[in-house]
Amino acid sequence: MSAQNGLDLTKVKPYGDTMNDGMMQFSFTLPIPLSEESKEAAKQLLIKMGIEEPAVVSAQDLGVGYTFFIMYGKSTHTVDFTQIEVPKVDSDVMDKYAVEDFIEANIGRDVVIVGACTGTDAHTVGIDAIMNMKGYDGHYGLERYHGIKAYNLGAQVPNEELVAKAIELGADAIIVSQIVTQKDVHIPNMTQLIELLESEGLRDKMIICAGGPRISYELAKELGYDAGFGTGTYAEDVASFVVQALAKKLNK
Amino acid sequence: MTSKLNLDFSIVDKARQSARVIAEDTQKFIDRHTTVAVERTIVRLLGVDGIDDIERPLPNVVVDNIKKGGGLAEGAAFWLGNAMVAYGKTAQEIAEGISAGEIDLVKVPVQDMGKVTEVVEAEAAKMVERIKNNRAQRDQFLTEIGEGPKPYLYVIVATGNIYEDVLQAQAAARQGADIIAVIRTTAQSLLDYVPFGATTEGFGGTYATQENFRIMRKALDEVGMEVGRYIRLCNYCSGLCMPEIAAMGAIERLDVMLNDALYGILFRDINMQRTLVDQYFSRIINGYAGIIINTGEDNYLTTADAIEEAHTVLASQFINEQFALLAGLPEEQMGLGHAFEMNPDTEDGFLLELSQAQMAREIFPNAPLKYMPPTKYMTGNIFKGHIQDALFNVVSIMTNQGLQLLGMPTEAIHTPLLQDRALSIENAKYIFNNMRHFGDEVEFKKDGIIQTRAQGVLKEAADLLMEIEEIGIMSTIEQGKFASVTRKIDGGKGLDGVTQKGERYFNPFIPMMLGGK
Repeated sequence: MSAQNGLDLTKVKPYGDTMNDGMMQFSFTLPIPLSEESKEAAKQLLIKMGIEEPAVVSAQDLGVGYTFFIMYGKSTHTVDFTQIEVPKVDSDVMDKYAVEDFIEANIGRDVVIVGACTGTDAHTVGIDAIMNMKGYDGHYGLERYHGIKAYNLGAQVPNEELVAKAIELGADAIIVSQIVTQKDVHIPNMTQLIELLESEGLRDKMIICAGGPRISYELAKELGYDAGFGTGTYAEDVASFVVQALAKKLNK
Repeated sequence: MTSKLNLDFSIVDKARQSARVIAEDTQKFIDRHTTVAVERTIVRLLGVDGIDDIERPLPNVVVDNIKKGGGLAEGAAFWLGNAMVAYGKTAQEIAEGISAGEIDLVKVPVQDMGKVTEVVEAEAAKMVERIKNNRAQRDQFLTEIGEGPKPYLYVIVATGNIYEDVLQAQAAARQGADIIAVIRTTAQSLLDYVPFGATTEGFGGTYATQENFRIMRKALDEVGMEVGRYIRLCNYCSGLCMPEIAAMGAIERLDVMLNDALYGILFRDINMQRTLVDQYFSRIINGYAGIIINTGEDNYLTTADAIEEAHTVLASQFINEQFALLAGLPEEQMGLGHAFEMNPDTEDGFLLELSQAQMAREIFPNAPLKYMPPTKYMTGNIFKGHIQDALFNVVSIMTNQGLQLLGMPTEAIHTPLLQDRALSIENAKYIFNNMRHFGDEVEFKKDGIIQTRAQGVLKEAADLLMEIEEIGIMSTIEQGKFASVTRKIDGGKGLDGVTQKGERYFNPFIPMMLGGK
């Protein structure tokens, strides 16, 4: 217990090698040449961020009069961990077999899930990991689940086409992947899908989820989705949510 | 050559022979067809450039006019040449006339065919000369200022703004990069036209335009002189405008082009007939211009498993090699692609990666292989990612890869920050220098893990190629044998731009460029 000494959950700060030492690493570039003055500038920047005793441990010229800094310093700020609330997917995560059993017991028919990488996004690695037979990292994809009919429409699918396909296939759920999020290109695209579904009167008839490395549950909810899934999501996370939400919807 | 892997080269020969049959069989289809992209390329190479008042590129205006008039089968060279003879104007003037609604190409009275070919060939010869001079200029740069040792350090810039790209590219060159690839804005591959002018807005990349090519070329020549190494410029010759981009690259002296025979079909859902016809002309141009092409097999492993599907990469390399040879592109310009994409949790995964990289090296001894870094299993843990990239660099220097696309610790997070690129270059330079001749010093244990792996992959690839030889490339793709992706012969984008060639069809550039010097 002695290692816990000094931990106050209402005032949490970074841990380096001693409780409450506040130690943090930094790496960033300043658009000014390498010099004693630019090192001082980097230190002052950290001080403004609330970092004490900033130390430049490496400073490197990047070839265009810009300097790359690696620094350490001690945070003066703390956070009150006891007051933190983060909205999360509120379903239990089941494994593949439990999901299959759940479908049989609570839905009693095949669940149709349509997935796509929408808009201009050409990166199918995420949707493939969730949907394709093979899955990712030893976690089978939705195509392999008994009781789930999974349709992966691939990349650069316009929202209109996705909705049309979802109607055609009688989808219970739509899952959308967004990998390219530079300049927030995914926001209007994700918003448009919801608007489209609303105008077709379909929004409440289907479970709509989004996923991608920069997608959080909170962001997805904000944009009108039922759930959002970030990095580290596997097929069973999505499947668990979809089947439980669907069962709730059907048995209302 | 003695094989470190104890490969049976009679199997290699057999596989290569199968690939030859596959490519020749497909070539019969290619030779009978043309596409709107091929025709727009001919229009560009005849000197047409610019846009109309609603920003439509003039090559599109010309080819749309022909297509609307039902004349696509005869080809743009015939119709443009016909109008040039009839009106005594340049191709550019004719294009402007079409744009103004004053000329409708298919309604121009048909002129003497001998005169038409003469006028077109004279114009074509000028452009071919210009491209030849670019090639000579590159050779001169290489002789005078030299180049970095292989593997070339290949990095990407992707800011969306060509001027910001210039800054990042020059920084990378000063840090040690040999090749700068300007990533295209997302979805440009699906545009059926090439945007015009300098651009400063893009998503995840920068538009490939001729003006952007010119701006970057100039910047790299400047920084190349300064650092004493010729800096190669790379762009993306894929998608619906594959041959047009090749032409623009040849005109602006690009050095490297992503240019795969199958990639667009599999990963961008472009119609297979369209892509197969387009890749042929694009490769003729790249071959003539001295441009190193990069094939896209590495991408297979982002959708399919790197251990189970390794043989499909090799099979596709064989096919890409034969398609390239048919287009007159020599082995020395074939940057056949592969990748370091195994799950890092795999026991002895490094040995398997090493085996496959060495296998590619031995089977394609003259090709400047393009080796792609880990992407699929990069996690956001930049510290671990940096080590994954280090192992990738070790394999590369041990197996003499040609073009090393440097992995970034921030892969899977964002397009590279200035410092990410610097760290990656530092990583590669350290390992390449510190282990420079390590590969020459080691042999692999007879029938050990490394030898056995390569022999197995080769055998599977040869079997797959025999199967493809039976059913043809198009059915193979329909059955999802590459990258586990299935595409239909009449599916995908761009099919309506494909047509059979008519009797008067001619493309003057093919005889002038194919295999020419």
